[in-house]
Amino acid sequence: MELSLTTRTVGEHTVLDVGGEVDVYTAPRLRERLVELVDGGARHVVVDLARVDFLDSTGLGVLVGALKRLRAASGSFGLVCAKEPLLKIFRITALDQVFPIYPSVEAATSTSSGDRDDNPPAA
Amino acid sequence: MATVRLSFSPAPVHVRTARLVGVAVARRAGVAEELLDEVRLAIGEACTRAVALHNQYGIPDLVMVEMSDSDSYTVRVIDRAPIEASIGLTKLPPDELADESLTDEALTTGVGFALLAGFVDDLQVRPVDEGAGTEVRMVWPVHRR
Repeated sequence: MELSLTTRTVGEHTVLDVGGEVDVYTAPRLRERLVELVDGGARHVVVDLARVDFLDSTGLGVLVGALKRLRAASGSFGLVCAKEPLLKIFRITALDQVFPIYPSVEAATSTSSGDRDDNPPAA
Repeated sequence: MATVRLSFSPAPVHVRTARLVGVAVARRAGVAEELLDEVRLAIGEACTRAVALHNQYGIPDLVMVEMSDSDSYTVRVIDRAPIEASIGLTKLPPDELADESLTDEALTTGVGFALLAGFVDDLQVRPVDEGAGTEVRMVWPVHRR
């Protein structure tokens, strides 16, 4: 399934809904969108992975890149993921210790934006 | 025993095709349904790695994927990059993953290897028998119906 990217605003958060397959072919489009968001002034970004069917190392690299970019801009970056196969990927790569991972968009956006070091419930 | 062989130009767009074929052959071979996501991910990672190496070294040769089922389901992904490219395939510790100095390429390589090692119990990375290149060999159990 092709990659789909949709942006919406929830309070002070910019939520990027990602769907389909994030792999070596499609990940550059995800990177471009995230760079656009940060360059456009978004500082509290949440990426919702609920409709992602496939995520590989290239996609994970793009997400880490966004996390670094937002940290450098004194912003915050969180992921929404409740699917066990995807959560396993984060555990195996130890990236569950790098990203705040939330079970829902509500949980991700109800956190104070400055609390990125809190222990999120799903991580 | 059945063998399916696929060769593709080293372009990212073809990695998805390799994943789809790899999973279709795995299902046919009798790999357990609950392992298919891992098969898909591992074949994708091995092919992504091969494509990246061919691009890095400007090698236009095809990447080869060979799937065979006998007592188990074996997938071999073969690149033609210089062998030294395979050195340094190590899993990155968590505190280095978000390190500012780590390049995107190094991060993706480290994470890709972590996924391969994490999802494939029987994994071998070794030089090809003839010429330049590396073979990533992955084996999964099959259940005959």
